Amino acid sequence: MKKWVFWLAALVVLAAMESSLRGLIGAYNYQIVILVGINIILAVSLNLINGYTGQFSIGHAGFYAVGAYTSASVVVYGGPAIRAATAFLPQTAQNAVLLLLGIIAAAIAAGIAGWAVGIPSLRLRGDYLAIVTLGFGEIIRVLILNIDAIGGARGFSGIPQLSNFFWVYLGVLITVVTVHNLVNSSYGRAFISIRDDEIAAEAMGVDTTRFKVMSFVISSMFAGIAGSLFGHYTMYLHPNSFLFTTSFYLIIMVVVGGLGSIEGAILGAVLVTVLLEVFREFGAFRLVNFSILLVLIMIYRPQGLLGAWTLFRTRKPAPATK
Amino acid sequence: MGILDVRNCTKRFGGLVAVKALNMCLNQGDLYGLIGPNGAGKTTVFNLITGVYKTDEGSIELDGRTIHRSKPSSIARLGISRTFQNIRLFRSMTVLENVKVARHMRKKQGIVDAIVRTRHLKTEEDEIERDAMNLLKIFNLDARADELAFNLPYGSQRRLEIARALATSPKVLLLDEPAAGMNPHESLELMRLIRSIRDEFHITILLVEHNMKVVMGVCEKIQVIDYGETIALGTPKEIQGNPKVIEAYLGGA
Repeated sequence: MKKWVFWLAALVVLAAMESSLRGLIGAYNYQIVILVGINIILAVSLNLINGYTGQFSIGHAGFYAVGAYTSASVVVYGGPAIRAATAFLPQTAQNAVLLLLGIIAAAIAAGIAGWAVGIPSLRLRGDYLAIVTLGFGEIIRVLILNIDAIGGARGFSGIPQLSNFFWVYLGVLITVVTVHNLVNSSYGRAFISIRDDEIAAEAMGVDTTRFKVMSFVISSMFAGIAGSLFGHYTMYLHPNSFLFTTSFYLIIMVVVGGLGSIEGAILGAVLVTVLLEVFREFGAFRLVNFSILLVLIMIYRPQGLLGAWTLFRTRKPAPATK
Repeated sequence: MGILDVRNCTKRFGGLVAVKALNMCLNQGDLYGLIGPNGAGKTTVFNLITGVYKTDEGSIELDGRTIHRSKPSSIARLGISRTFQNIRLFRSMTVLENVKVARHMRKKQGIVDAIVRTRHLKTEEDEIERDAMNLLKIFNLDARADELAFNLPYGSQRRLEIARALATSPKVLLLDEPAAGMNPHESLELMRLIRSIRDEFHITILLVEHNMKVVMGVCEKIQVIDYGETIALGTPKEIQGNPKVIEAYLGGA
């Protein structure tokens, strides 16, 4: 029952903040807050592959793009039919239905893409897997550039604005709770056992293949959701939003915060997103500043700002019974 | 027919024949030793039985089921568990979590259970924790359950590996040099432990070991291999007096 109270309270708080936040902090800051939220979803989900399962993926932008474009296509091309079918509902409810359908489609499409990329990860490790995922991200981007129906190189415009603070942070909450519960269950321990020692994991009955693919699929589904929320906020998508530098920033968020820590991924996402904005006035130098900061963090805190530290342990440590 | 049946198994690595038409038969409740000089192919036999390597020829059966084509995780599910010559614990997990991981495959948790944290998941997690703690108690590790496995002293890490292997509820337990790096006192304790594990858990144990004192003291049946071939099979007494074995270890006169 406590669960229902939590989610109800969350909905009320989010709705209240949505109605007042923009007026309070201004449109520019509001947009940054939205971006932070989307990056939190991306970083926390990427952490599942890179931090917990120990597979190095640098193609997260690819799944993000698949989600963004799938959702936008569903809403733009299927929108009129969906609105007609839900004509009895008020406008806001129609929008919510539309967005939810887009999000579901995005999660499914990105999940399928994750499954397709997860398969080679069974045979490849470390650098080799990284190259495959990098290649995947680029393939997706080039494909999008060449599909005219979704704008190609012009970009995909005319996407209705459906998402806002409420939806983005609802997504953040769902992502964080899901990943947190997952990594604190037998699934999470299976993921971590693969990271620690694949041979021993297999010998203890952990089907490493299955769990690796699973972590890829779940992670990419959340990236897809993030893509959907992004597209329906900015109302315009361009392949350049999904360059491999995007994947790189996501890796940086995870590594800066601490691999294998959800709080770390969140902190990393906030820090990197905000710093990229703060450094904007330095123009081309912002990337230099950023690199220096990274080098410093890697020298003085190689395990990430939070390391594997975690704020919320689901279970109390077992008592040492006598 | 025994519980674990290795028939005519051959494994080649390029031109090297690591295991040559090997036969081995373990009966329920056996405490079986596999010994041989360095490079005789003992660890290869372990890797064949647990599915890390695939046999080139021959078959392996567990309780009448062919297993030599299955992958290691399925073989573990069918009831073969092992420890490793060079300890392979999950470094970033606590002692308790190491054992829990191995316990999971005997439980049924859906992914939805895990994400939503259903009541079913909670009762199962409690069961897993109880089972794991009970095992740790047998191995005298319960007081350190929440320490990182990596921080345990060497002897305790070896014991934890055995506890973890037992958590999978195996029919056959394979111990790869469990006494390696242990002092005489620790090996003595280990011998006692191995025997009590066999009796308490009603399992079959296959042991690879270099420490002859341990092998001779604990095993009831011993098979000696050299260059991948069986050169002797019998009780510790018989093995000790076998001229072929002495030759293999000390070189021909």
